[in-house]
Amino acid sequence: MKTELSVSAIKNGTVIDHIAAGQVQRVLAILNLSKYEEQIYFGANLESKKYGKKGIIKVSNKFFAPEDINKIALVSPTATQIEIRDYNVTKKEQVEIPNEIDGFVKCINPNCITNHEQVPTHFDVVDKKEIVLKCRYCEKNTGKGNIEFI
Amino acid sequence: MKGKSLISINDYSKAEMLRILDIAEGFEKNPRQPILSDKIVSTLFFEPSTRTRLSFESAANHLGARVIGFTDAATSSAKKGESLKDTILTVACYSDIIVMRHPLAGSARWASEVSPVPIINAGDGANQHPTQCLLDMYSIRKTQGKLDKLNIAFVGDLKYGRTVHSLTIAMCNFDTTFHLISPDELKLPSYVKQHIKDNNLQYHQYRTIEEAIDQVDVLYMTRVQRERFADPMEYENVKNSYILTKENLKNCKDNLKVLHPLPRVNEISENVDDMSQAYYFQQAQNGVYVRQALLSTILGVTK
Repeated sequence: MKTELSVSAIKNGTVIDHIAAGQVQRVLAILNLSKYEEQIYFGANLESKKYGKKGIIKVSNKFFAPEDINKIALVSPTATQIEIRDYNVTKKEQVEIPNEIDGFVKCINPNCITNHEQVPTHFDVVDKKEIVLKCRYCEKNTGKGNIEFI
Repeated sequence: MKGKSLISINDYSKAEMLRILDIAEGFEKNPRQPILSDKIVSTLFFEPSTRTRLSFESAANHLGARVIGFTDAATSSAKKGESLKDTILTVACYSDIIVMRHPLAGSARWASEVSPVPIINAGDGANQHPTQCLLDMYSIRKTQGKLDKLNIAFVGDLKYGRTVHSLTIAMCNFDTTFHLISPDELKLPSYVKQHIKDNNLQYHQYRTIEEAIDQVDVLYMTRVQRERFADPMEYENVKNSYILTKENLKNCKDNLKVLHPLPRVNEISENVDDMSQAYYFQQAQNGVYVRQALLSTILGVTK
């Protein structure tokens, strides 16, 4: 059986593989790719031996700083980042939960200033294992089960 | 500390806290020092406060500074829909430092990020009230002669009382043993208890003042509010357990002092006021010295 994915290879850029099922759109949003003008291929609900179903995104001529790519660990800790240069894999790494999360998670506290005025959210990740985010503003913790995206 | 906003008690190291207390001591000895006569202090109170605002204004006046501001958001442009950012950027044009109280948590941190002048947080919703914390520490040190190795009891609403949370976290720097006296509904949140444990310190929980009174050096009272209880009967059952009376102090240690952030409603009987243990009005007085220390230190003008 042919195991190759039906998504074209890229010459230079980044492949984000093993994205958790149903999170491709979210990952595109977190990485702010909606306005990116070069080629982007993405696939969802692809077969994965390891995870059952997965998503994949290939972005031409784009390399991500660790603090940016690691943001997606919040929605897809299984994702791997693969850097491609001249059709060759030059780096392959699983994403890691970053120390800080900016801008795309909502604070759980209804009385937090970020939920009332135009203040971008900012969290320190105080527990990477359980995923606990501490709001820089109201100092309240938002836990894994309560994470909502802006 | 010059030019640095004070938003959360966690912004100050132990050494910085002690430095403020030392400077405050100097102001207690000699309160009228017009060293800020060329400075303008703004007090922006988006929600009402008596003690905190007046003690800041008193502190500023003692230092010779001019004070401008508002005492109620209804008299500010916030009522017209102005954002906090715009209010702060505007007021910063008129003053050297901004003291603010605001009903939303995190408002002071946000203000400090947009403001070109330092901000002192005088309370941001249920979050932080660092100047209260420092004046409580000042009062503890003054009455006990030290901060280290004390037995401190917190009484009443330990769940929602932000002063209790901040003071507990600050006192974890000083080898404190905590005695937590509250109804089950209003116990200290687990994250604060975890902070005590993380510092290898001890806490003990009780339901009544009597159980702990003979062990403590400082009895820090807070108000138990009816609206915190889901069941009104439960409130009726417990309310008298958290009212301090003369009789409660029969078996107390000689050095015990009673503190309260005020306002008091009925949680300390008025017949306690004349006892040597009652310290809450001096505590409010200490707020002026501590705020003098903060204003002068942050504005970088100390003698």
